[in-house]
Amino acid sequence: MSNIIEISHLVKNFGEVKAVQDLSFRVKEGELFAFLGINGAGKSTTINILCGQLKKDGGAVRIGGMELERNIDKIKGSLGVVFQNSVLDPTLSVKDNLQIRAALYGITGKRFQERLGELAELLKFEDLLGRTVEKLSGGQRRRIDIARALLNRPKLLILDEPTTGLDPQTRNTLWNVIENLRKRENMTVFLTTHYMEEAADADYVIILDSGKIAASGTPLELKNTYTGDFITIYGAEDNEIEKLGVKYEAERKLFRIAVPDTAAATQLILKYPEVFRDYEITKGKMDDVFLAVTGKKLKNAEN
Amino acid sequence: MTGLFSLVKRSMKVYFKDKGMFFTSLITPLILLVLYATFLRNVYESSFTDALNEAGVSVSEALINGCVGGQLVSSLLAVSCITVAFCSNMLMVQDKYSGVGKDIAVSPVKGRTVALGYYIGTFISTLLVNVVAAAVCFLYLRSVGWYLSGADVAKVLLDVVLLVMFGTALSSIINCFLSTQGQMSAVGTIVSAGYGFICGAYMPISQFSEGLQKAISFLPGTYGTSLLKNHMLRGVFEEMGNQHFPAEVVEAIKDSVDCNIYFMDEKVLQSNMYICLIAATAVAVLIYVMINALMRKRTV
Repeated sequence: MSNIIEISHLVKNFGEVKAVQDLSFRVKEGELFAFLGINGAGKSTTINILCGQLKKDGGAVRIGGMELERNIDKIKGSLGVVFQNSVLDPTLSVKDNLQIRAALYGITGKRFQERLGELAELLKFEDLLGRTVEKLSGGQRRRIDIARALLNRPKLLILDEPTTGLDPQTRNTLWNVIENLRKRENMTVFLTTHYMEEAADADYVIILDSGKIAASGTPLELKNTYTGDFITIYGAEDNEIEKLGVKYEAERKLFRIAVPDTAAATQLILKYPEVFRDYEITKGKMDDVFLAVTGKKLKNAEN
Repeated sequence: MTGLFSLVKRSMKVYFKDKGMFFTSLITPLILLVLYATFLRNVYESSFTDALNEAGVSVSEALINGCVGGQLVSSLLAVSCITVAFCSNMLMVQDKYSGVGKDIAVSPVKGRTVALGYYIGTFISTLLVNVVAAAVCFLYLRSVGWYLSGADVAKVLLDVVLLVMFGTALSSIINCFLSTQGQMSAVGTIVSAGYGFICGAYMPISQFSEGLQKAISFLPGTYGTSLLKNHMLRGVFEEMGNQHFPAEVVEAIKDSVDCNIYFMDEKVLQSNMYICLIAATAVAVLIYVMINALMRKRTV
């Protein structure tokens, strides 16, 4: 797999504020790449640089093998961006909005009608085409935002907190569509999110803190490096758990024990098989990784 | 070209679908017409009649009405071409705070195309409102005293087109630096209140002090107002000639209502007024393009 994004020693300052400091990373074609960080970590600055909205102060950015600043128009033609907030014209109909945006990519007439039909079917908004955007619900509006970003069949789809504020069902629908497209069309997805379970499904994750990379790797690597495993025991008594001689958390009908890794869990189970009648071993969550790496909790981590 | 056409189409659609935006623009010239007809008409009329009486000339009521009416509607159109442009050009600022501008900017359309899209969109919507206003003005003149020929009407419409182009360019330059609704309203209020005075619409420039007259003669809007007055009143002056008004009296009236404008004590020809207005518009559009180019340098 070749790299679709190559960033080397990227620097961006706003006066005294060092928004991005010596940032280097690669994104492989077709992967789901998650970019995590609290507000002000440098995520939006990096995205704005990738979209050509902001000039970098130093370093190099290549997208699709092309140097960003020299090929910005060509690169923009292969990008799709879903912003944090809906950026469609609220007083215009869904169809008008999409038609106007498609024309900016030279997609008009029959080509537009065909693409509109595909996207309306994929994102299930055939019945919304004549409605004005201001009259749509949050979930419906988000579907149209995603359709807008997909109009030009982008090679790289940038999703800037795309599911914030959406109900779980709409979130699932959107992710199913994006995952399908990603696999079918080998589209790369560059995601920033506050929902850790979305980052857990990524192929590669970068955690940004104060403009620098604090940690990077696959979700499994990050979990293995920054969190331990958890054993959840069901149907045991208090005195049985105390016999294990480890720290535990008791909940209604279960006990949770933190262990450094799976090997330690196996050792404990083999030593006290009579206690482990009904149990499960789970990896730490991305929330735990984020907390361990940055010492900070994401604002929506509880979701 | 597809991108530009699409952006202009968007401007038009948003403008006409946003009832607030459209009615605010349309209501400006209508309010001005009511205010002029209610308050200023009598002032203009009495000062005009008094001046003619002093000169020992008697005039028919229709001619007085035609003269005063022509003066009123030309002033109104001179102001509304500029103020309506500021109202119509709201989309450019709205797109900054709503984020739509960012969405357009991530598309492969060039910054100068986006800037031109706003300019053409504002020009068309401002022109439409002002053509409606001009039609109302012509109806008003028809009811009080009509002395216009077909050529006069065509010239008035040409003046409206030029002034709208100038107003759109001015508002585009200023809007480049605005990013909130509050700033936009403040600028709109200042322009509405101030422009009428400095272009000689609310009060003839001839009534200002000599120093102020000189200063105002450097402003291109002055010549737009004067062109409108010349074309709206040409028929009236011709009729005065037909009624054997002394030529000096007609020239004095032309001086008093700013049909004659003097730059460094030299009377400015109408052809030079056109050159001045067109050149000022071209310079303003150039400045607008340069500002956009400089702003784009901050991005990639």
